[in-house]
Parts: sequence; C-alpha cells; structure tokens
Amino acid sequence: MKALSLAGRNLKEVYREIAVIPLSVGQPVVFLLLFNYFSKSDPAAPDIFRIDMLVPGIILLSLGFITLFSALFLARDRQSAFLTRLLAAPLTPSDFILAYIIPYILIAILQTVACFIMALVLGMSFHAGILLSFIVFIPLAIICIALGMILGSLFSENVAPGIGSIAIMVMTLLGGVWMDLSWVGGWFERIAYILPFAHGLDAARVLIGGGAVSSIGSELIWILGYMIVFISLGILSFRWKTKP
Amino acid sequence: MKGENGNLVSAVEINNLSRRFGKHLLAVDNLNLSIKRGEIFALLGPNGAGKTTTIKMLCCLLRPSSGNATVMGKDILQAPQAVKQVINVSPQETAVARNLTALENLILMGKIYGINSGKTRARAEELLEMVGLGKRSGEAVKRFSGGMLRRLSIAMALISDPCVLFLDEPTAGLDARSRKSLWELIESFRGKKTVVLTTHYLEEADALADRLAIINKGRLVALGTSEELKQKLAGMETMTIKAEDLTQKAVERLEENYPRVTLTDGKLIIEAEKLDFDTVVDCLRAEGVRIKWLSMKEPSLDEIYLKITEGGQMDESA
Repeated sequence: MKALSLAGRNLKEVYREIAVIPLSVGQPVVFLLLFNYFSKSDPAAPDIFRIDMLVPGIILLSLGFITLFSALFLARDRQSAFLTRLLAAPLTPSDFILAYIIPYILIAILQTVACFIMALVLGMSFHAGILLSFIVFIPLAIICIALGMILGSLFSENVAPGIGSIAIMVMTLLGGVWMDLSWVGGWFERIAYILPFAHGLDAARVLIGGGAVSSIGSELIWILGYMIVFISLGILSFRWKTKP
Repeated sequence: MKGENGNLVSAVEINNLSRRFGKHLLAVDNLNLSIKRGEIFALLGPNGAGKTTTIKMLCCLLRPSSGNATVMGKDILQAPQAVKQVINVSPQETAVARNLTALENLILMGKIYGINSGKTRARAEELLEMVGLGKRSGEAVKRFSGGMLRRLSIAMALISDPCVLFLDEPTAGLDARSRKSLWELIESFRGKKTVVLTTHYLEEADALADRLAIINKGRLVALGTSEELKQKLAGMETMTIKAEDLTQKAVERLEENYPRVTLTDGKLIIEAEKLDFDTVVDCLRAEGVRIKWLSMKEPSLDEIYLKITEGGQMDESA
C-alpha cells in the first residue's frame, strides 16, 4: 500500500513533466514511421527494416529511453531533500524499489502499445503473437528500469543521463536493432548474446512472426535471469547510496 | 529519563553520540543531551557545527560512529523503524514533490505513514488551513514561494501527528515576514509536541526555544534556557546615561551600589549583573543631576554566542 502510494507520486511526477510522455511515446512512433519510409523507398533494404522485424527493435530502443528517464528521475530524487524526507519515513527498501519500477512499467506498456498501433497502421497484420510478445517486453522493460535505478543510484543528475545515452546505444547495437548480428559475427555477436537484449529481440521477433512461446524457452530464461540480477543490483545500489 | 510515576519524561536522550566522516572530520563529538517532552528545543550553532548531522542521526538517516540515542524510548540503532513511526522531519532544503499539488503532497505523506485515505484528506485540509495555504491547496507547489514551501514542508511533517518533530533550519533564507509567520506556527506547538529545531539565527532560538544547546565544532558548549545562558554566561547589564550637572559625588554615590561605574565623554556607564532602574535614577536625582537621556542593555545572546563560537568553551552545566 505504501509502495503504491509512492508509485502514484512517481507516476504523477513523470507524466506532469511536459516532455516525458511525448518523448517516450512520440519518439519511437516517429522512428517507426521514418524507418518504414526508408525501407519502402529502397527495395534492396535489408529484412531487418521490414515492419514486423523493425517494430520489436524500435520497442527496445524506446525501453532504452526508459533507462535514461528512470536514471534521471532517481538521481534527481536522490539529490533532493524530498528523498531525505522519504528515507526518514517508515518505508522499507522494497517499497522504494516497487515505487520506482511500477510507473515506468506502465509507461513501457504505453510505448509498446503505441508502437504496435503504428505498426498495424503501417500494414502489419494483427495476431495473437503481438499480445504474447509482452511476456518478453515486460521483463525487458524491468531490466531497463533496473538499469536506470543502478545508474540513478550511482551517478548524479548531471552524469546519469549521459551514461543512460551510452546504455541506449549499447543495448540497441548489441541487441541487433540496427543490423542482423549474424552478419557481424565474431566477438561482437558473442558479447551480444552474453547480454539479454539480443535474446529478447530474437524472442520477440519469433512471437511477432507467429512462432510459439515454447520455441523461445531458452531466451525467456536468459531474460528472466538477467531481470532478477538487475533488480538485485538496483536494490543493492540504492541501499548502498542511501544507507544510514 | 523517567518521571515519578515511571513514565518517560524525556522525548530524546542522547548518550555520547559521535559521528566521524573520514579520518579527520569529527562532525559530532561525544554529545550528551536530554530533551523533555513537549519542549521546543533549539540546536544553535554556526554552519558546519554538527547540527544537521545530529538531526540526521536522531532520524535514523545517518548511523552514529559511536554512542547512541533514544527517541520516545526507542533506540535509534536497534529499532529505527519504530523511531521513524513516532518522528517526522522537515529537512533543511525544500523537501516537497514539485509536480504535485499542496494537498497531494500532504495526502502522499499521510498514506506513507499508514493513515487511511479519508482521515488523511481531512487532516491534510486542516493542516493546510493551519499553515495558511488552504486557498492554494490545489496548486502545483512548483509555483510556491520559499516561505510557502517551508510552511508546506512543516505541514507535511505534521501529517503523521509525530511525537517528536525535527525542523532543520526551518526559516533559513526566508524574508522577515515569512520568518515571523513560521515562528508563530512553531510557537503554536509549544506544550503539544516536542520540537527539535536547528538554527544559526540567535534571535530565532531566543524567541522560540524553551531551552537551547549551543554546538560548536561538534561539541556541546552551552545548554540552558535563553535567560540562564544570558545570566550565567554573559553576566553584565549595561546602563548608559547622558546628564547635565553630573558631579563626582553623584558618581561616588552610584559606586556605593555598583562597583563598575565609568564616566567617559560626558556619558555615565554603569555595568552590573543586575541593574535596578529606580536605584540609579534616585541616586542621580538625589544629587541634583538632570537626566537627559538613558539607555539600558541586557546581556545579549549574541555576545555569548560569538564568544563561544569564536573558540571559547563555556561550562556545560550552565
């Protein structure tokens, strides 16, 4: 209950900031429109820019922005006296963690739905795989929020967004948003498949392409494992930086 | 500290509390204090004296390097959650959620302290009226002035009806009018709540506090009521008189009552621990002196404070 009250405050703080919702939702939709236009203009464009392949990548990109926004939000709170007030209140660390995660999950769902609606408008056909892909995107969103919590706990309001931008580049490049990782191959591909993003994108593309959930079992385990690790690291970083 | 019937009479007991930052900075040095229930207690000291560090330790936001303290009988080291349930704090900087309205800020804090929604709303509205923000309750607080934010911050600290209210420099940076209005608010808590406030404004401690502790370089250097400190530490009242027909005989007559009488530049200066206005005036009139002008100055807390914080240390039992 206390966590939900604090989550409500965090959500209000986020959506009342003029730029956050248009940036979070508008930006991936615009990206989707642009890349779709580029790929239609060039018949030789690689498959990766086909709408059903592109949309999971753009969703991952938009989740990357959640890392940046959540890092900035926490870093700002941490530097303000408001967090001092909250830390002096009878709240547990799990109240804080839930309160920071819940609002951004809602924004992630909003972003993902907006991307799918735009993809449907651009000609992708609707089927159950689109809905099923949420079992991949929600853990990926939690990984991105937890990464934001780690950055927001460890770095200041000035530094956290910069590192968040680097995180976006890393997760989209190593996730295989912009190119087929098998084309690059070598150490780049090996590193990409150590991280969760390429697994997530592969799994989402399978589901959106009509594949069964049973065929993405190993990817799901990989993503859920990372989700637990990142949440734990997020809690540890937050506790470390706010401990008495 | 316990009363005759065994009930706790002290709200805060601080025992040998110290906090070190790194190897060289001892921010709080072996502090011992007992703050009574219902009293307004001021921690007074210059910037960096250790006031905020002390408050943070009492609010379980900072772990002491050594020593301990209890708040309402609850141990800050062993039972921090229990301490947090009976205290509330208004931190030094503006501690509000800027994109929320004043009412939303209060309701949020109420819910965080586990008060049910209906009660929280009613209490929030009541508190906003009390701090003079009733008409602005629906406005986003980012548009509030500094004084309004401080009043809101104190209301947020009151929402949980805490037994002990910590106010860390509640009026720092405010204009005279806003400060006066906050003083009236804090004054209204006297006898109802234990208030521990930090300040570097002497005037504030003098006007508000039942008792005050002067802290310098992390150490307690003086403790008592404002009057006690003035009398025991500074000691001297001063009367300055400008008069016509001032004679040596009149001076001698005064010296019978007050040993420190000086005549300089036509002005008579009398200093004593306790000066009696009538005695002085009667002495002079009896000698035919016509008083043109007279001023009387009580020992000032400023003098004591400056003396202490410039490096000297007073008797802690004062």
